[in-house]
Amino acid sequence: MSAFGKREREALLAPILANNPIGVQVLGICSALAITTRMDKAFVMTMGVLLVTMLANVAVSLVRNHTPGSIRIIVQLSIIASLVIVFDQILKATLYELSLELSVFVGLIITNCIVMGRAEGYAMQNPPLASALDGIGNGLGYGLVLMLTAFIRELLGAGKVFGFVVLPLAKDGGWYVPNGMMLIAPSGLFIIAGLIWLLKTLKPELQDKD
Amino acid sequence: MARLESPRYTFLFATAVCVVCALMVSVAAVSLQPRQKANARLYMEKNVLVAAGLVKPGQDVTIKEVEKYFEKDVSARLVDLASGELLPADKADARSYDQRGARSDPATSRVAPANTAGVGRLPRYGVAYFVMKGGQPEQVVIALEGLGMWGTVYGFMSLDRDGRTVRGLTYYDQKETPGLGGEIGNPAWQALWKGRRAYDDQGIPRLTVIKGQAGAPDKDPLRVDGMSGATITSNAITRLTQFWLSDDGYGKFLRRFREKGAG
Repeated sequence: MSAFGKREREALLAPILANNPIGVQVLGICSALAITTRMDKAFVMTMGVLLVTMLANVAVSLVRNHTPGSIRIIVQLSIIASLVIVFDQILKATLYELSLELSVFVGLIITNCIVMGRAEGYAMQNPPLASALDGIGNGLGYGLVLMLTAFIRELLGAGKVFGFVVLPLAKDGGWYVPNGMMLIAPSGLFIIAGLIWLLKTLKPELQDKD
Repeated sequence: MARLESPRYTFLFATAVCVVCALMVSVAAVSLQPRQKANARLYMEKNVLVAAGLVKPGQDVTIKEVEKYFEKDVSARLVDLASGELLPADKADARSYDQRGARSDPATSRVAPANTAGVGRLPRYGVAYFVMKGGQPEQVVIALEGLGMWGTVYGFMSLDRDGRTVRGLTYYDQKETPGLGGEIGNPAWQALWKGRRAYDDQGIPRLTVIKGQAGAPDKDPLRVDGMSGATITSNAITRLTQFWLSDDGYGKFLRRFREKGAG
């Protein structure tokens, strides 16, 4: 029996597209709207969610057979909250200005439904390795939507990709007149809703039956 | 699984989880604190340079570059706020002076006179940064703070050699509503302050954030555009700006600066 079997592969790959946490489960939308104005912000947020989901899944999975059912949710929450605080501390020690711009949204990883959803829905029933991969997979799935949205918003809203000028702005002597709406929250919803629609159209089996 | 559900076990398990989590958080917080403090200081000093127009907002600067500015072009000094006089440069290290700490410590501060800016305590000394050009101060940067809508906002204002004309402004530490009051952190709004006048012709601080749009700085020098949806923050900025420019704040020092320069 190999350590990396079908279950592990599925845990890692399924959440990226087929069971994407934003696209299919419609979780974690709030942070996705707030921090996708720039790709560097979206990237740091992705790393935060990825690391926290992975580590929280491992920790929850390790103690899953010893956790009293009556307090399991609060145990998961304690683990997640601690990991998020540690991540926030590391961010403040390394990327200080970015940490200021992300401000409350790093703290809000605690309440990101993806993290807790995976801890309760997957890590409580599965061994640590599979849980870790599930965490990474969900982090990547979340990150994929985030980076795509941030790419569109930063490019059309500020003419940049990762802070590098791609479309020189008219006010700086270039030709591109940026779309200001891309920098405010509603555009995030339009793009994410568009991506969800696209995913469900391409994969009709994901559509809700009513 | 009766064992898992017994109150005794549940209690012990919860305690264990708490201890492990607390340990993890405290180790991270304590071990990373020196770097965080260094970052916070770098960020603050960078904002002095931003207010003075030496560094662009959003530009990355390293500790080395900031050091270079402070060796060559910028000199930090302490001001006795009550008298407006400068402390001798060799007597106090203004760069390592912690104004927020001093303001909270009863030994180095006093209760502020009644004001509307939300300043509860006044430090004895305030920091002022002279931006030098050819051996002469060309601008002076003063520190601002006061109560916004959600918490204390901190900023710097740079005034010209004439001690009146605003050369630049930053708010670098604030918790105002993102997108509304939080726009005080927006360089585009901060740029609107350039060229306005901190005092009217009688020398009274009158610079006001108004509702709606103000005219060009040369035509409408005492007013700045307000932020829509952020009346409380706009008013707070008016009050704290006028407070720090008044004689309770840096007013006496700025009068001396107008008359005698940095001497």
